[in-house]
Amino acid sequence: MLGKPTVKILLVGVVLGVAGWGGFNWTLELTNTESFCISCHEMEENVYQELQETVHFTNRTGVRATCPDCHVPKEWVYKIKRKIQASNELYHKLMGTIDTPEKFEENRLHMAMREWKRMKSTDSRECRNCHQFKSMNLEKQDSRSAERHDPFVWDELDGKEPGKTCIDCHKGIAHSLPEGWEEAVNADPLLKVEAEPEE
Amino acid sequence: MKKFILTMLMGLAMALSIPMTASADVMSLRGHALDDSAKSVAKKKQMKVKGGIERSYKLQPPMIPHSIEKDKITLKTNTCLKCHSEKNFKKEKAPKLGDSHYLDRDGKKLKTMSSRRYFCNQCHAPQLNADPLVDNVFAGAK
Repeated sequence: MLGKPTVKILLVGVVLGVAGWGGFNWTLELTNTESFCISCHEMEENVYQELQETVHFTNRTGVRATCPDCHVPKEWVYKIKRKIQASNELYHKLMGTIDTPEKFEENRLHMAMREWKRMKSTDSRECRNCHQFKSMNLEKQDSRSAERHDPFVWDELDGKEPGKTCIDCHKGIAHSLPEGWEEAVNADPLLKVEAEPEE
Repeated sequence: MKKFILTMLMGLAMALSIPMTASADVMSLRGHALDDSAKSVAKKKQMKVKGGIERSYKLQPPMIPHSIEKDKITLKTNTCLKCHSEKNFKKEKAPKLGDSHYLDRDGKKLKTMSSRRYFCNQCHAPQLNADPLVDNVFAGAK
């Protein structure tokens, strides 16, 4: 049998553990809200204003994607990794790297490229939290869109890896595209999209 | 002299009376009083027309047969060019900008679109399937 002190220590440990972990998670989730993101004017005045004009902010049925839905992974390991990377953002906040609209514009291409690379390398994981090829109803899509999604839908239904990922085509859907993005994307080995063979 | 003054007075009286009667009778073309604001119009979706919309006369800028709600033309980017530029039109199976869009004001040929043609929707307009607000008897040249 366990002695009385051991039981006590165990109990205290469990309580502290729950409180500590809960507190940590709670704080983490606090930093994972739209209101936290736009509490910095850099986000509120630039990207948040642009988001409001898009379908990810307002649509027919009232479903909205907020900042972390696209920019922070849902799975724990990836989330923590992204959150640690975000400490770099704190540094630049202190340095005022993008604290005016002009400075933001100067850095927009750099920041957008980094985000596109992140999405491309994770096979647009955050897009797919909501959008999946296998749940697409191609009949309800525009014929143009349906034609293009069709092969990938079949790939996924067949259990194959689709050849293209969301961000390959859907850039600048939630924020303004930076100047010169097309040239920059074509010059980047990771982001470059091979042209489809002509029929 | 008397006659002259009389004419002047009559003229003045007429000039004063015209605007008063006029404002009472004149209606706006859309059928409401001049000092009322126009009735709001029911919202319609931008039309999609497969194969494009036929032109009504020879040099008409083609109308846009799809929605452009998501498109943006700013100082930095022009999202219409994602499909319609000389670089992308083949890949996207979209019509290319007209040849006239590659001429500068001196008629010199350019490699990329002339900056005079940058604002697409200055000439090209999307269409709504709405009743005309004002009767229009225009008939296309065909």
